[in-house]
Amino acid sequence: MGKILMKGNEAIGEAAIRAGCLNYFAYPITPQSEVAEYLAKRMPEVGGVFLQGESEVAVGYMLFGAAGAGERVFTTSSSPGISLMSEAISYIAAAQLPVVFVNIIRGGPGLGGILPSQGDYFQATKGGGHGDYRLLVLAPASVQETAEMVMMAFPLAEKYRNPVMILGDGLIGQMMEPVEFPDHLRTAPSDKNAWASNGMATRGSRQRNLVKSLFLDPEALNNQNLLLKSKYDRMRREEVRYETYNLDGDYRVLIVSYGTMSRVCRTAVDNLKAAGVEVGLLRPQTLFPFPLEAVREAAGRPACQAVISIEMSMGQMVEDVERAVCGIRPVHWYGKCGGDVPTPEEVMDVVRGLMAGGR
Amino acid sequence: MQSEVKFAGFGGQGILLSAKILAHAALEEGHEVVWIPSYGPEMRGGTAYCTVVIGDRPIGSPIIKNPQHLIAMNRPSLEKFAPTVRPGGIILINANLIPIGSGRDDVTDLAVPVNDLAAAAGNLRAANLVALGAFVARSGIVDFETLRRCVQEEFAAKPQTLPVNLAALEKGRQAAQG
Repeated sequence: MGKILMKGNEAIGEAAIRAGCLNYFAYPITPQSEVAEYLAKRMPEVGGVFLQGESEVAVGYMLFGAAGAGERVFTTSSSPGISLMSEAISYIAAAQLPVVFVNIIRGGPGLGGILPSQGDYFQATKGGGHGDYRLLVLAPASVQETAEMVMMAFPLAEKYRNPVMILGDGLIGQMMEPVEFPDHLRTAPSDKNAWASNGMATRGSRQRNLVKSLFLDPEALNNQNLLLKSKYDRMRREEVRYETYNLDGDYRVLIVSYGTMSRVCRTAVDNLKAAGVEVGLLRPQTLFPFPLEAVREAAGRPACQAVISIEMSMGQMVEDVERAVCGIRPVHWYGKCGGDVPTPEEVMDVVRGLMAGGR
Repeated sequence: MQSEVKFAGFGGQGILLSAKILAHAALEEGHEVVWIPSYGPEMRGGTAYCTVVIGDRPIGSPIIKNPQHLIAMNRPSLEKFAPTVRPGGIILINANLIPIGSGRDDVTDLAVPVNDLAAAAGNLRAANLVALGAFVARSGIVDFETLRRCVQEEFAAKPQTLPVNLAALEKGRQAAQG
């Protein structure tokens, strides 16, 4: 199959099917409703199910139930919808079930707006729901990468028995780019009998699989949290992904940026290079686990004078960048979050200002 | 090299579709391409615009402030976006709805009565394809034959509409070359 032109939202739907996910539960919300439109048509063609819940709260628990029964399942939504699902996300993480969530972020807080934003960085990487849980968070920057990350998300969710979130923004969902899918379909998870509550007779086992998140005994709850922590620590060791751009030369400023914003920064880096100014770019592809060591190393290069986090939010990822840089270089932030994506020219001005010591 | 084409007009004029056909043609020719719609709480009859970026290396910023070319299907679009076009670009003007030019001497105005030509081709709604045909013929941004094949593919599911759409495309080409 060659390259075809697809909207990011359509590619998400197709990628989930290619990954062998035949259950999609969702509630429509701009700017990602095309996923539901696409899968309403496509799921029946492959023997799958699209079910629209009566609200995002309901969808969260439909996912919980299907995953608990050992079904590969996913949803897509946008910021306020993810807030409504966040209670269920905490329960799903606590019960150690694999579910894939896609958040095509719109402007917030509150109802905010429907244009692109990256304002849900904290919600995705630091919480959203209650308790000590983490999501594995993947941040694509193109339609092709969105499709690849969706296909990658299901095995990752099953490897860790933990929810995985794709964090995109409105532009990732709405724009069309060429995308290529592998021909093969993935098969169902092989080890689900170890945990799925799908009936002892179904799996020919006498082992009872319980889905639960209530641990009233303090020691048992602490042990449960230690178990979860060991999974998150393993993610920190094994799942960090990032891409670098122009980090070979003697760059004076290091930009850290992800998603759509990182593409704008890449153009700014190219334009500045053409003008004789070397700037490096590091693009986290996983937001949790965050590429702490890579950012620290890139910031510590002798020529590098300053680091800046450029994001479509009022300074969220910058806190992780500060954590990475550990004070060895000054860390700055630039961003906008009304829906207007900063232009390459704005980024170039900000970087030039940093070099002039103006910030 | 990278060039960008902004399509702008009323909602309902087929802005997104003609932009998609150009993007498809660019993909067929092996270019990198991005199609970026404006999306928002728009109403029917409101403004719609869409940008197609075509390049020979992976496309960075999908946010384009200064496109190389503009296809203006109504007057507000011309007035709003003509000043943003880069010098040397082409501005296609729907002469049926826009009685003025771009007012610039560093771009090429291509005024085409796309509504009349679409009506002559058999359907006023094909005005977007007249404009697309004229623009591609003048700019050479993709091969005209590739474009024709992409139009055929786009309307493959509605074969009864294909002759009118191809006729509209051809009228655009003739207008641009005449």
